[in-house]
Amino acid sequence: MAIFLNENSKVIVQGMTGAEGTKHTKRMLASGTNIVGGVNPRKAGEKVDFDGTVLPVFGTVKEAMEATGANVTVIFVPPAFSKAAVIEAIDAEIELAVVITEGIPVHDTAYFWAHAVATGNKTRIIGPNCPGIISPGKSNAGIIPANIAGSGKIGLVSKSGTLTYQMMHELRDFGFSTAIGIGGDPIIGTTHIDALEAFEADEETVAIVMIGEIGGDAEERAAAYVKEHVTKPVVGYVAGFTAPEGKTMGHAGAIVSGSAGTAQAKKEALEAAGVKVGKTPSETAALMREIMQSL
Amino acid sequence: MDLYEYQAKDLFAAHGVPVLPGDVATNPADAKAIAAKFGQPVVVKAQVKTGGRGKAGGVKLASTAEETEEKATAILGLDIKGHIVHRVLVTPASDIAEEYYFSFLLDRANRTFLAMASVEGGMDIEEVAATKPEALAKIHIDAIQGVDEAKAREIADAANFPAEVKDQVVDVIVKLWETFVAEDATLVEVNPLVRDPQDKIVALDGKVTLDENAGFRHPAHAELVDKQAENPLEAKAKEKGLNYVKLDGEVGIIGNGAGLVMSTLDVVAYAGEQYGVKPANFLDIGGGASAEVMANGLDVILGDEAVRSVFVNVFGGITACDAVANGIVKALEILGDGATKPLVVRLDGNNVEEGRAILAEANHPLVTVVDTMDNAAAKAAELAAAGV
Repeated sequence: MAIFLNENSKVIVQGMTGAEGTKHTKRMLASGTNIVGGVNPRKAGEKVDFDGTVLPVFGTVKEAMEATGANVTVIFVPPAFSKAAVIEAIDAEIELAVVITEGIPVHDTAYFWAHAVATGNKTRIIGPNCPGIISPGKSNAGIIPANIAGSGKIGLVSKSGTLTYQMMHELRDFGFSTAIGIGGDPIIGTTHIDALEAFEADEETVAIVMIGEIGGDAEERAAAYVKEHVTKPVVGYVAGFTAPEGKTMGHAGAIVSGSAGTAQAKKEALEAAGVKVGKTPSETAALMREIMQSL
Repeated sequence: MDLYEYQAKDLFAAHGVPVLPGDVATNPADAKAIAAKFGQPVVVKAQVKTGGRGKAGGVKLASTAEETEEKATAILGLDIKGHIVHRVLVTPASDIAEEYYFSFLLDRANRTFLAMASVEGGMDIEEVAATKPEALAKIHIDAIQGVDEAKAREIADAANFPAEVKDQVVDVIVKLWETFVAEDATLVEVNPLVRDPQDKIVALDGKVTLDENAGFRHPAHAELVDKQAENPLEAKAKEKGLNYVKLDGEVGIIGNGAGLVMSTLDVVAYAGEQYGVKPANFLDIGGGASAEVMANGLDVILGDEAVRSVFVNVFGGITACDAVANGIVKALEILGDGATKPLVVRLDGNNVEEGRAILAEANHPLVTVVDTMDNAAAKAAELAAAGV
């Protein structure tokens, strides 16, 4: 099992021939991802050699899907072109679109999200501004380093890339069913709740780590969801207790506005829902360690 | 990026939203001259990017040019919630029949936009929302369909705007939406939106937040940045492409990835409690921790006189720790005598052994390598306390 991404996933890369796309296509291939091609309208018909794996370039997502049976796309195109790239993926009705690009205007994200909704939500969107998703040993769609941790029974969902890596590193002796970075933008596709729901339903996953940060109320809503619907143990971590009001802390969505979006409020909501919340990443890992050892 | 009231109103005017005339003064004499030009009672309004100006004495009525000079003298230099007033807006005083509230904003939870409107404006809208939620209409906006006249009328109806001014309000709502979209704003707020005794609708105040991610398609927005009010260290960091936020502590922080850096600040704050020290800044150097980026980061942090120690916290995901370690060593060479404070370095992840070996080999007198984030934070806090 695993969620959203597994050994049967056939992956294409939009923006495969750009600098970031090239670098990460190589890394994904090296970690065993079944990448079947790329999309770049200006290089359609060409073939690109990635350290011995030769991949075809298609003009559109639809053509790539028809030719290869791809069901996942990873998007590395620059911010100015991301809206069009995601809409193209949605219109091709690909199952999963992982949007890595950082710096997409929020009006563009709101627009492509509305387009996804208006066309019946046929494409699951992860991101933007995220590290992607890895089901260790099965597939890796994005930029999460595959060598941090292997497969196991913990599910991980996080707004932050490096905290995803840190947590995978801390718990590498247990391994992960799937680790997913949902992104730090104010509007994102897949949410904590979506991932919690999928982990709850996933047979392989026995416990869940949820990492949040300041801004918005996604963690509070996720806490309410956990209380109502999640039977598996959940451990949480929230970053940004010391963030000042009104300042954007790196991620476009990481901002405390007035009294809203504070780390303290998120922590309290999670604890009220029965989620154990660690004070630091390592304390959080220790809480999960206890749970895994008791199962 | 938050705009000043006068900048917000300039954008409103450019998109056809009715505003009062007004000019900005940076000194009392200019304020007097502006008032003389208007030749009628004026309001002198502090230009600060925070709420509660009125209560803080930042908005005053003046009936003559001389009085305007006095009021401007009183307001300029005021500290309003940590914001020093460098400019005042001088605008004709208007008669007000009714005060309304209107805004467009991001609705993160619903992944779209929201219109909020109330005929009970003028006061803090959070207070209205808390005490009289039925008086605040909240209408979701479809990001593709946007706000046309029909949608604007739906909003105006939901908020119960009076019939005599409803057509005008509908027109203003459409134009505020145009402003919101055309300028890539994440907030457009008018409080109060005013009905004058002649039933004319005017945006008496304005608050706009622009999406910095959309800067690439709005070159003109760069000119809205108030360089004078920027923290000099933040300005310097921005020039070098670094993601830096100045805080008021003693432990400088460098890390990779926004989440990890936020977490590092928290861990340092906990560790610093017993020593009475706090994190001095947020600095995310992102993926490629080259020597140049590391040197620039250290340079900015060491430029902060409050800093007593620096904590470099890197998890090598895509970045390799040996590259980071080389970056630190070379950065210290580049800075030479400019590097004056102890550095606590925690490396983990990709090529960590090689990275730690490089730092051990270099054996720089200022550098202490600690294995875990929590222990490194404790060490950095201890060194900051010792250096105070």
